[in-house]
Amino acid sequence: MKTAAACSVAALALAACSSSSDSASSAPAGSGAASAPAESQAAAPGGAAYAGPVGDGEGQLNILAWPGYAEDGSTDPSVDWVTPFEKATGCQVNVKTFGTSDEAVKLMQGGGWDVVSASGDATLRLIYGDTVQPVNTDLVPNYADIFPDLKMQKFNSVDGVAYGIPHGRGANLIMWNTDKVTGPIDSWAPTFEADSPYKGTVTAYDSPIFIADAAVYLMATKPELGITDPYALDQTQFQAAMDLLTQQKELVGEYWSDYTKSIDSFKSGTSTIGTSWQVIANLAKSEGVPVEAVKAKEGATGWSDTWMVAKDTPNINCAYKWLDWIVSPEANAQVAEWFGEAPANAKACDLTSDKTFCDTYHAGDTEYWKDVYYWNTPTANCLDGRTDTQCVPYSDWSTAWAELRSS
Amino acid sequence: MTTATSTQRGGFGYRHPRVRLAGLLTAPMAWLVVVYLGSLAALFLTAFWTVNDFTGQLVKTFTLKNFQQVFTNSAYLETMVRTVSIAVLVTVLALVIGVPLAFFMARVASSRWQPLLVALVLTPLWASYLVKVYAWRAMLQPENGVVAWFLQPFGLSGPGYGFTAIVITLTYLWLPYMILPVYAGLTRLPDSMLDASADLGARNGRTLRSVVLPMIFPSVVAGSIFTFSLSLGDYITAQIVGGKTVMLGNVVQTTYVTNLPFAAAVATIPVIIVLLYLLVVRKSGALENL
Repeated sequence: MKTAAACSVAALALAACSSSSDSASSAPAGSGAASAPAESQAAAPGGAAYAGPVGDGEGQLNILAWPGYAEDGSTDPSVDWVTPFEKATGCQVNVKTFGTSDEAVKLMQGGGWDVVSASGDATLRLIYGDTVQPVNTDLVPNYADIFPDLKMQKFNSVDGVAYGIPHGRGANLIMWNTDKVTGPIDSWAPTFEADSPYKGTVTAYDSPIFIADAAVYLMATKPELGITDPYALDQTQFQAAMDLLTQQKELVGEYWSDYTKSIDSFKSGTSTIGTSWQVIANLAKSEGVPVEAVKAKEGATGWSDTWMVAKDTPNINCAYKWLDWIVSPEANAQVAEWFGEAPANAKACDLTSDKTFCDTYHAGDTEYWKDVYYWNTPTANCLDGRTDTQCVPYSDWSTAWAELRSS
Repeated sequence: MTTATSTQRGGFGYRHPRVRLAGLLTAPMAWLVVVYLGSLAALFLTAFWTVNDFTGQLVKTFTLKNFQQVFTNSAYLETMVRTVSIAVLVTVLALVIGVPLAFFMARVASSRWQPLLVALVLTPLWASYLVKVYAWRAMLQPENGVVAWFLQPFGLSGPGYGFTAIVITLTYLWLPYMILPVYAGLTRLPDSMLDASADLGARNGRTLRSVVLPMIFPSVVAGSIFTFSLSLGDYITAQIVGGKTVMLGNVVQTTYVTNLPFAAAVATIPVIIVLLYLLVVRKSGALENL
């Protein structure tokens, strides 16, 4: 394992060299050169979208996906939407899964992958890093049935140009152990406020993106800070969020990054209250752990994943066939149920095996998602449109998080 | 035999031993230099760069900002001290447990039991690292883990997740790496020396201090290099049983994608610490025992 760790450090160093030289050299020779010379600074990154029409497949497709997003029956024989795709299109699929958004970005930058299921905290990095190309949604017939409030969002489009196809979404919920916490809970307050009765058993998500959760709480509790987008924080707002997280650290017993660890933590009693996902709540309940999970009244962060196409993919037709396949009502319903998230395709709700599934996950409930702030990548140019100030970029989020966790 | 067949075997390589040697060594040396040293050099170089605030991509301009940040920020200094303390504690514990065990295996147990004991020490190495760490996570559970249950009758509570849990788990993980070199050192210790020591009137304690320990010292140092450096670079154990506690490796893991130069600066620290340690122990002759 140590060797693995050492190798990965070495790998990063190498990857760093290769990815940076890639982006330098691929700019003039990018595949987007098929149409307009869109390489100027102001134009959309990644060149032009595929003009179509989608022709015969190239015979293969390399997919980079979250675990559970591209199942070919090897995990569970009954869970398979990749094999039917291969049969229908003739595109032989090669799937690699990743554990975190950071890993996904690194793998995409390394090249060799045609499509990726990117969460909002990865998409902008991929777009501005010139790693993915715009997507021509006209070539994806099933795009028409996708919930409108998922289309052309800040994390899957730039200046009105779409960069991917929405796949599904989920909110980060507050979960608590009903035996040990006097419920019902409807607020993040017990996980943030210093006088929380659950000191020592609070749990939180171990990622820099969790700073946004603190920002969401501050939006409700300290409106004077003027936060409108938890991913666009200027220095003062950012500091307030970090102060809140420092205060929270006193309460935390354990941070989690792997959802199985979170389940285990609630099962063993190490954690009794904290941030969680719907799928964690479902699995914990099925294992007999007395938990409840709701969206807090202050609002919540969440994720909305997007299928994106690599900039220099040689398998563009297979890639578009996959984009259409994965958001088709049938496949989308299967993925959503297997993974435990709200499907993006409205018609998927009729095809789930559990007929209450879409209600449980609030798939079409526009009101529910109004105060869910989907993961996004903070950049120095404020994402909320402010031009009079600089926002704290994600690189500083991660160092601040590392510092918080280190102290 | 060589002389008998030399006429048939007198190929090019045989007549040019230097060429043969070069042919044999080029591939492994290239591997070592390019992959191993090359990546280390790249790591070190990256630590002097920075990232673009907008795209998050590398900007290759020289700066000392990353090292400055690592060495002036109390949070990182604390983590550095914590990580080294963990590595030292793990090494000391491995010594305290491993040396007597190795002594028993090499000197006390009958020759029939020796291979079995060696196999038993090796067995945990065959299991996956993650399985072992998760097993410790289950055992160290604060309320209903085995450790807590065991300590309860004595009125003690388990250590829970955190610093202590990391030290315990890492000690378990790396113990075989201490036992094996020490065991090897002890088996090489000639009986005649112990006999001579006894003949000259030394008691057991004196023999241990004056004969055994100086003889196995290089092996002990060799074992400690393993336990120390393996602990220093670990981050997965801290993630699983560390609760809130983090080590240097976790800092690298959190920052490497978004701020690679900073992660590289942090990753350089354990490399320097291990190099310093190796320099110190080189004098003891331990490196020949690795």
